[in-house]
Amino acid sequence: MSGASRMSLSPATTPGAARDPLWLRVLLIAVTLLFLGLFLLLPLVSVFYEALRGGVRLYLASLVDSDALTAVRLTLLTAVIAVPCNLVFGLAAAWALAKFEFRGKAVLITLIDLPFAVSPVVSGLVFVLLFGAGGWFGPWLTAHHLHIIFAVPGIVLATMFVTFPFVARELIPLMQEQGSEEEQAALVLGAGGWSTFWRVTLPNIKWALLYGVILCNARAMGEFGAVSVVSGHIRGRTNTMPLHVEILYNEYNFQAAFAVASLLALLALVTLAAKELVEWRARVDMRSAAGTAAGEEK
Amino acid sequence: MRRTACLSAFSAVLLSCGILTGCGSSGGSGAGASVELLNVSYDPTRELYQDFNTAFAKYWKEKSGQEVTVRQSHGGSGKQARGVIDGLEADVVTLALAYDIDAIAEKSKLVAPDWRVRLPHNSAPYTSTIVFLVRKGNPKKLHDWTDLVQPGIEVITPNPKTSGGARWNYLAVWGWMLKKELGDLSKLKDPAQADAVKQAQDKAREFVAALYHNVPVLDSGARASTTTFTQRGIGDVLLAWENEAFLCLNEPGGELIEMVVPSATILAEPPVALVDGVVDRRGTRAVAQAYLEYLYSPEGQRIAAKHYYRPVEPDKADPKDAARFPAVNLFTIDEAFTGWSEAQKTHFSDGGVFDQIYKPGK
Repeated sequence: MSGASRMSLSPATTPGAARDPLWLRVLLIAVTLLFLGLFLLLPLVSVFYEALRGGVRLYLASLVDSDALTAVRLTLLTAVIAVPCNLVFGLAAAWALAKFEFRGKAVLITLIDLPFAVSPVVSGLVFVLLFGAGGWFGPWLTAHHLHIIFAVPGIVLATMFVTFPFVARELIPLMQEQGSEEEQAALVLGAGGWSTFWRVTLPNIKWALLYGVILCNARAMGEFGAVSVVSGHIRGRTNTMPLHVEILYNEYNFQAAFAVASLLALLALVTLAAKELVEWRARVDMRSAAGTAAGEEK
Repeated sequence: MRRTACLSAFSAVLLSCGILTGCGSSGGSGAGASVELLNVSYDPTRELYQDFNTAFAKYWKEKSGQEVTVRQSHGGSGKQARGVIDGLEADVVTLALAYDIDAIAEKSKLVAPDWRVRLPHNSAPYTSTIVFLVRKGNPKKLHDWTDLVQPGIEVITPNPKTSGGARWNYLAVWGWMLKKELGDLSKLKDPAQADAVKQAQDKAREFVAALYHNVPVLDSGARASTTTFTQRGIGDVLLAWENEAFLCLNEPGGELIEMVVPSATILAEPPVALVDGVVDRRGTRAVAQAYLEYLYSPEGQRIAAKHYYRPVEPDKADPKDAARFPAVNLFTIDEAFTGWSEAQKTHFSDGGVFDQIYKPGK
């Protein structure tokens, strides 16, 4: 899952690939390209093509439509709340699981994976059963005029639930691999808890952490299933971007639907670029660290 | 340290939820200079209410000086009713069939049980019916219900469990068969005709089973089925609301399909109701009531007819709009099924007739 383990694989496979006959290499590359083109590039191009078919002015008009703007704002708000929460939680969970030994650790790791295993629709329904008018906390919430389901808090909660594992999952393997020797050394040398964290732990995990945050953010903005269940689909109020795309499509407003979809597609492209950047920086860091280590040995 | 991080995460969650709840609960209150209503509706009414809400906002501004914004939520009728029961704060519901509003009244007590008599015409300001949409030129020669059960015909209709339109579709077929067998639906209530009725019901059941055998996919709402048929090009015939059918003919791609009116079909009465529990809590009763009454006004009836809903008071509609509706041989749900609660219990409840006859993937 972590970027680091995938990177270490590539040098080992290169010599074997060079020995394969030319026709096999060409064939494999052609098949890969064809597949990528057909299943990734073509849909992506079609989104932008459909979005811009009515002209740039119509495209922009459908983006500054007040319902579309509300959807964008809600999506951003959701991400702004869900991602930092999951960042803090993921960090705390990874720390606890990687650096400490305690009973029930395996159960906790499994629990963190739960949102990946459960269908998003079920995740949404869980919140309806908890906070809906007939749910466990429903009567109390109604009596206090609090809205969770079919309002913004429900959407945030459902998004947080679904994106829960991303950061933790990214960090746990890395932190386990690194062990706690460096932290122990820092503590022995007299560093306090916070300064150990800021000066030793965080620099070691920063790229994996960033990578997790990027993935978490992409999913938070793109989540459809769970959010659809708890949103109530109120136009201009509880529609996130993915839901708004569906509504526009159902209203035969294809051009506007694709315009909003193109924003989501752009987001995906930015995510990919950011991910590449992070992986590249991580590689550079690792290489320079290896370089200094080798230099010191001489 | 671990504890601090956990704690701060937890308090961040609580804090953000608290702030948001604050935002979420504001926006109600009918007393101020502006008011917001939520109309929870079924699938094909999107265009109708878009138009109607603008007209109503103008009317209400003139009448009371208050700005009103009507928010819309659309989906399968059954699903929307479920949402209101689960706490979706609708001031008014405008659903596909009476049973769904009955369900809200019964399960959540938010709507008074006598809601149906509080507005004229059984609380249905407009009606519609069920027709066929076929491919241009009607290549499979589908003219009446009997043609739909031929082998190899693909029929597109949504899931009666979630969609109101789908339930009307189902009852239209069933009722048509009863009418064909009995000649006169009043025989259903005649004890002397019990044998004939039993026979007709058996035939209807067999026929409906054969028809659903030809359904390749059950979408959850009417609009999804329409998209399946028109955009994705699946199926030979779509069972559709008359208004939805007209709408399709006017959309891009409409030149590729045409409408067929069967020999007899059902009179569908999509009802509207005030959600008492919500309007009293939010203080929006007056404006919500006016909103529903405005549906019966000349302007409301005109807009309904414009969007291909049959106005209950046709003289108020634009004669040009009213002339577009084909003459149809209609029967009501009360005639063929003694009302919605009976039809719902027999046909669509868990383990009911629909569950017995529909076997997916066959």
